[in-house]
Amino acid sequence: MSATTNHPMVRFEGVTKRYGALTVLDDLNLEVGRGEKVAIIGPSGSGKTTVLRMLMTLERIDGGVIWVDGEPMTHMQKNGQMVPAEPKHLRRVRSKIGMVFQHFNLFPHMTALANCTEAPMTVLGLPRREAEERAAELLNMVGLGDKKGHYPAQLSGGQQQRVAIARALAMRPKIMLFDEVTSALDPELCGEVLQVIRKLGSEHDLTMLMVTHQMGFAKEFADRVCFFYQGKICEQGEPKELFTAPKNERTQQFLRAVLEAV
Amino acid sequence: MGMFSLSAMLVAALIAIAIMSLFGDNALFMSGLLQGAWLTVQITLLGSLLAVIMATTAALFRLYGAPPLRWLAVTYVEFFRGTSALVQLFWLFFVLPLFGISMDPFSVGVLGLGLNIGAYGAEVVRGAVQGVHRGQWEATTALNMTRWQALKRIILPQAFVAMIPPWGNLFIELLKSTALVSLITMSDLTFRAKTINDTTMQTIPIFTLALLTYLVMSLTITIGMRWLERASLRGMVRGRGR
Ligand SMILES: Nc1ncnc2c1ncn2[C@@H]1O[C@H](COP(=O)(O)OP(=O)(O)OP(=O)(O)O)[C@@H](O)[C@H]1O
Ligand SMILES: [Mg+2]
Repeated sequence: MSATTNHPMVRFEGVTKRYGALTVLDDLNLEVGRGEKVAIIGPSGSGKTTVLRMLMTLERIDGGVIWVDGEPMTHMQKNGQMVPAEPKHLRRVRSKIGMVFQHFNLFPHMTALANCTEAPMTVLGLPRREAEERAAELLNMVGLGDKKGHYPAQLSGGQQQRVAIARALAMRPKIMLFDEVTSALDPELCGEVLQVIRKLGSEHDLTMLMVTHQMGFAKEFADRVCFFYQGKICEQGEPKELFTAPKNERTQQFLRAVLEAV
Repeated sequence: MGMFSLSAMLVAALIAIAIMSLFGDNALFMSGLLQGAWLTVQITLLGSLLAVIMATTAALFRLYGAPPLRWLAVTYVEFFRGTSALVQLFWLFFVLPLFGISMDPFSVGVLGLGLNIGAYGAEVVRGAVQGVHRGQWEATTALNMTRWQALKRIILPQAFVAMIPPWGNLFIELLKSTALVSLITMSDLTFRAKTINDTTMQTIPIFTLALLTYLVMSLTITIGMRWLERASLRGMVRGRGR
């Protein structure tokens, strides 16, 4: 997989996901380019979280193929045939992806620093010193250089979420997934987290997919916005277009409802 | 109950023993009882160690093992929970030698009681592991950790905290069931009390001292477990909840 080819960083190819009789995602096709910032919006239950969880391999897919950095992730080629990926293959491809969760999911028994050094040491095999340097640098970047020794329970929600971002970045992913990372926070704490994400967008050559309810942020930050409705991309485009002149009726309805709620 | 009242109770029990020992032949009885108590302590400690090892192994086999291991774990738990501890001891002590395997009574005591309490402990460990929030597993996947790395570094340490109080109960349960080893020829605390009573007939002080000695040992366990719980919660719950 050479870096010069211009394959998309992420490609959903006819991906389907069902929970029992409920089809949550229906033949989804989506391409995300290298370094592209994509915002995913849509009503509750439209499958936004599911998209990210499938990409993070937290959910099995029921149909289609997900491609990451030019190679199939959910499948692998064996004797010219596509077969479901083995754990080893999954692990290798997954190493390119990091995720930040709505409820942070920090390790409560570890300090902020240890949260950020754990996986680099156990998974990447970094020596402690190097892992700690990397973690300290990232904690500084998210503005928590002075909280290294704090446990999650001793941090505010906004601070915890920033630790979670640093923790994911410590694995040096090429793709970062954000699932409503500010919706568990008090409104006054959202700003500090969004500020970190903004910084990431400008400082790193990261591909980012984010599910968000913050239309203002999506508009300002994203290169592209995808509006999900009942497991399908109903409309997508540049934020300026999609927010100011949505073509689809459902998009119009959704945006009207969201703006009224503000 | 708080650490303070537990400690006060422990001190009170010790003082009661000391005061009783000032009268009659009680000091003599007490020194005999203490020899038995030492054996009781040894069986309790080694039995607890075995129980923890068995419980953890059985729980992990049952949760994550291949089908034969899972089946083995279920059989172990159901067998040792579902049959009498005393009969288990008798079986190990009297029946096993008929198949050519004989152990000294001390080993039988440790093995029998450890296996028995370990079976209960397996359910404690399993419950605690399953009680760790699913989001913790998901975070380990997102960080590309293997299942074993996740268990060892993230899940078990968190489950450990939840296990401490129920393990405290089980250790006390084990302490009390060590009295059963007096029935397979071991001179533990109970056995000593009985033999001293048989020769002296001083029933009231002897059995009172024996009870107080058991109480001292179980309070020590309770206080130790409280302390352990507090130490391992350090940082995790102070201030805001998670
Ligand atoms: N484990 C599950 N079992 C059954 N149904 C599920 C499961 N997870 C999600 N669903 C269903 O899948 C659909 C899509 O869920 P998803 O979480 O992707 O929605 P969402 O767009 O993220 O919604 P929200 O904005 O509320 O977070 C919903 O109808 C949900 O009820
Ligand atoms: Mg969601």
